[in-house]
Amino acid sequence: MGFFLETLIGGLMTGMLYSLVALGFVLIFKASGVFNFAQGSMVLFAALAMARFADWLPRWLGFDNRLLANLLAFVAAMAVMVVAAWLIERLVLAKLVNQEGITLLMATLGISYFFDGFGQTVFGNDIYKLDIGLPKDPVFLFEQAFQGGILVNKEDLYAALIAALLVAALSLFFQKTGTGRALRAVADDHQAAQSIGIPLGRIWVIVWTVAGCVALVAGIIWGSKLGVQFSLSLVALKALPVVILGGLTSVPGAILGGLVIGVGEKLSEVYIGPHLGGGIEIWFAYVVALAFLLVRPQGLFGEKIIDRV
Amino acid sequence: MKLKSVLFAAAAGATLLATLAAPPAAAQAKEQFFPVLPYRTGAYAPNGVPWANGYVDYLKLINARDGGINGVKITFEECDTGYATDRGVECYERLKGKASGEIFQPLSTGITFALTSKAPSDKNVLITSGYGLSESSDGLVFKWNFPMLGTYWSGADIIMQHITKKEGGSLKGKKIALVYHDSPYGKEPIPLLQQRAKLQGYDLTLLPVAAPGVEQKATWLQIRQLRPDYVLLWGWGVMNSAAIKEAVATGYPRERMYGVWWSAGEPDVKDVGDAAKGYNGLVAFGNQGRVIDDIKKYVHGKGQGTGPIEEVGQTLYMRGMTSAVLAVESVRRAQERYGKGKVMDGEQIRWGAENLALDDKKLAALGLTGIMKPLSTSCTDHEGSRSARIHTWDGKAWQVTSDWYAADEAIIKPMVKTAAAKYASEKNVTPRTPADCQS
Amino acid sequence: MLYRENGQFKTSYRADQQIFPILQDRLAILALAAITLVGVPLFASDYLFRAILIPFAILALAALGLNILVGYCGQISLGTGAFMAVGAYAAYNFVVRVPGMPLLAALLLGGLCATAIGVAFGIPSLRIRGLYLAVATLAAQFFVEWAFLRIKWLTNDSTSGSVTVGALSVFGIPLDTPASRYLLCMALLVLFALLAKNLVRGHIGREWMAIRDMDVAAAVIGIRPVYAKLTAFAISSFIVGVAGALWAFVHLGSWEPAAFGIERSFQLLFMIIIGGLGSIMGSFLGAAFITIVPIVLNRTLPLFGNAFGVHVDTALVSHFESMLFGALIVFFLIVEPHGLARLWSTAKEKLRLWPFPH
Repeated sequence: MGFFLETLIGGLMTGMLYSLVALGFVLIFKASGVFNFAQGSMVLFAALAMARFADWLPRWLGFDNRLLANLLAFVAAMAVMVVAAWLIERLVLAKLVNQEGITLLMATLGISYFFDGFGQTVFGNDIYKLDIGLPKDPVFLFEQAFQGGILVNKEDLYAALIAALLVAALSLFFQKTGTGRALRAVADDHQAAQSIGIPLGRIWVIVWTVAGCVALVAGIIWGSKLGVQFSLSLVALKALPVVILGGLTSVPGAILGGLVIGVGEKLSEVYIGPHLGGGIEIWFAYVVALAFLLVRPQGLFGEKIIDRV
Repeated sequence: MKLKSVLFAAAAGATLLATLAAPPAAAQAKEQFFPVLPYRTGAYAPNGVPWANGYVDYLKLINARDGGINGVKITFEECDTGYATDRGVECYERLKGKASGEIFQPLSTGITFALTSKAPSDKNVLITSGYGLSESSDGLVFKWNFPMLGTYWSGADIIMQHITKKEGGSLKGKKIALVYHDSPYGKEPIPLLQQRAKLQGYDLTLLPVAAPGVEQKATWLQIRQLRPDYVLLWGWGVMNSAAIKEAVATGYPRERMYGVWWSAGEPDVKDVGDAAKGYNGLVAFGNQGRVIDDIKKYVHGKGQGTGPIEEVGQTLYMRGMTSAVLAVESVRRAQERYGKGKVMDGEQIRWGAENLALDDKKLAALGLTGIMKPLSTSCTDHEGSRSARIHTWDGKAWQVTSDWYAADEAIIKPMVKTAAAKYASEKNVTPRTPADCQS
Repeated sequence: MLYRENGQFKTSYRADQQIFPILQDRLAILALAAITLVGVPLFASDYLFRAILIPFAILALAALGLNILVGYCGQISLGTGAFMAVGAYAAYNFVVRVPGMPLLAALLLGGLCATAIGVAFGIPSLRIRGLYLAVATLAAQFFVEWAFLRIKWLTNDSTSGSVTVGALSVFGIPLDTPASRYLLCMALLVLFALLAKNLVRGHIGREWMAIRDMDVAAAVIGIRPVYAKLTAFAISSFIVGVAGALWAFVHLGSWEPAAFGIERSFQLLFMIIIGGLGSIMGSFLGAAFITIVPIVLNRTLPLFGNAFGVHVDTALVSHFESMLFGALIVFFLIVEPHGLARLWSTAKEKLRLWPFPH
């Protein structure tokens, strides 16, 4: 029982981290109808920027404080992501207005290739350490009730907290601020939003910037756990089943989907995996999402797909 | 589109396409060409880069310090494979035309499998020092493969010998877990570990990790439940540091972890630092010797170093460097028979690789005392020598913590024979006869 | 002026419905066939065969298969790598377990196994649409990759999971030279291209295109979506499976599941999008583009670098390739979202008048 709880908690934590990456997908899809395959590369790019700036800024500016270095690097990385979002909107999205979904999908794939190459050219392709002070050792709860205690990873706990805070902040942003309302209007109907004067181009820049910042936070957390290296962009592949389980247009769907996928993955690997030889994590999430879609083709909270003939 | 711009685009396209038709430039007359197949990009780059730097630095050293191999200058060219089989094959095809006999070291078991079927007909030698097919140490079947200085079966065997010694001679009833990269590389040690499990009576649990190996939480939770006495790590690239970080996160004692020589290098532990203290790994080379000083003087001192100078002497750098040593010495040995100062072709280099006899005297002359163990290959034995020791991370550096072990041939030899025979029958390869070896 | 149809009257339905009704087109295709099937084997170097022509031919075949599914039937699939793997490993199993199995039979049987798996993973398409289907097909990709790593029977109990095939021969002729292997691939490519072209011109092709354009309306007028979608998956997977078997047997010789990973699926999708969705010619053009661009970049970037005095190491070349590749894809999508095939047909349209203004 104790081990089951351990796996469950571990799965919930991992799920939270997946949702973080999935949020980026959902945000962009909601506002512009583009499925952003470049999200993984954006996570990597943002994490690389943060890790390297945290390394370089102390050397260039000549100070030694870890906290200050991290804060400045965070600001610098944010600035980089804003510039990137603006460039993407100017150079790619503005020219591809009104194209079919699959064309935009391929364009984002092209962007992802570009970011992969560009990020590694500028920042390097070694494993870089990202140290934001999260504790790495485990904590054991309920050692009296369960033998050996229940293992909870402190780093994952903090990460889940940060993710939850981010989601709360985003919800507040969408519900309470003017820009948030404008974003929701654009997500609902592009033409109607334009006709009441909402500048579409600027909204898309804002959306991609917000997605970029979400990518930065996700990148920092994953990078702190695993080190910042090229394989970080593959984490986005894990977020895809989360997105389709939760529905492509729903933020709470991304969260819930993430938790379900995270828990399902870990439990299946630990309990079913040994009977199948192990390593089933890699496809289990997808099969679960697929099975779910057969029952509810638009995902948990996604919009029903309505076709006009 | 305007006619002019269309014509311009067409002309540009045609010139670019013309570069394809141009055959790769052949090497000059008095130069021995060495292809280098590293991966400096991708998920495995952190470990591939030091290896490649060591390899290239040694080639540069031979040119700078000795003026080449008996006067024959070395030229080399790199082609990035990204650890992908099809890119490896493409690099092989691109570089093999540059000289009539080349030594390929793909640093990937997957690419080795693909090239093993192509190299013999192209008369190119495959030296796979510390990786590749374990059964290719049988030179009668694998005429062109040379897994010198240790295969994965030898490596796994040595780790088990060390653990057996630690446990006072018997592993009966103990639990051993193998966390491995789910690829041909990671699966290589399994037959040997299973064989030893039968002989020694321990319980072997196999835990595959899907490539590239970043997600290991479930694996280490399973380990926490299993509570094995020892965990063997057979990872590569990012998987290694992820494994150690997860071990820290789940509280598995690092002193009970043993990594193969590809999982126990500086990139794997330096980010974890103190938390990885006690982690052990295999190492087959020393890191102090005259050749290291030579490299620092003749190569880095002249600004020709391929990587940062701090890398010289690190574990993976030494791996790459010694792989280059084996290639250069094979050519030198070939020259001893076929003509000193001449460029060697494929058959000649193969003979050289098959008749290497690097004893203590020769190693001392090359500046390799304390770095490499003596090695002597033969027609039946393409591995040459199968020794290694254990080193442990103390938080800042790797320290050697055991004596030299030699792999137990009594267990390995029969396995090699069976596996090689199976390969021969599957691929319709007629094994050579010992009489054939005299050529 | 040269490309006018003046004077080419058709006197039978058969002549009117040819694939190449215009005489100039027929001549051009004959010339192309002569060059590729006779000229190239005589004059091309080994390197050109092994590194460019054979991969191009096999990938063009796979792109053809994928185009049928994505371009003609509108079902986005990201699991193509998996179907190629199924074709490859199935063909391998037939060759290893059935003594004396001819190569062509093994390839086709491999294709049939891929068909079975393709139809199985195509069943969700009856319920799921669009991007959701794309991600659902990733389930096929990862599951198949895992299956070939884990189920030992499928790799003939190979301990490493890597399999090799021996010398190949067709009807007793050994395929030991690159030219002979190239001819085998081209023969199969031409055959399947003809098959595909006739399928898409026929009844079933029209059903696919109706489903692609508006599947609800298609169902209303009596086209059965089940039949159309599943046949699309079946035929597409068959061709992709044969391509996968060719890739493994002829190009690699020895492979592990990672050779058919998700990168391969994305690469094929790139090919058909750049080449042109819903166009047979587009598959060829896209395959040529994607095969050749990385190699050209690899050759020319160091030269550029040397011209500017910058030492370009292989890592930088790889990264630049990525960047240029991504930029080129975006550029192409902006300039001509319907792909190279559309550029080609626009050019042909202009050629009908050129050099006259009207």
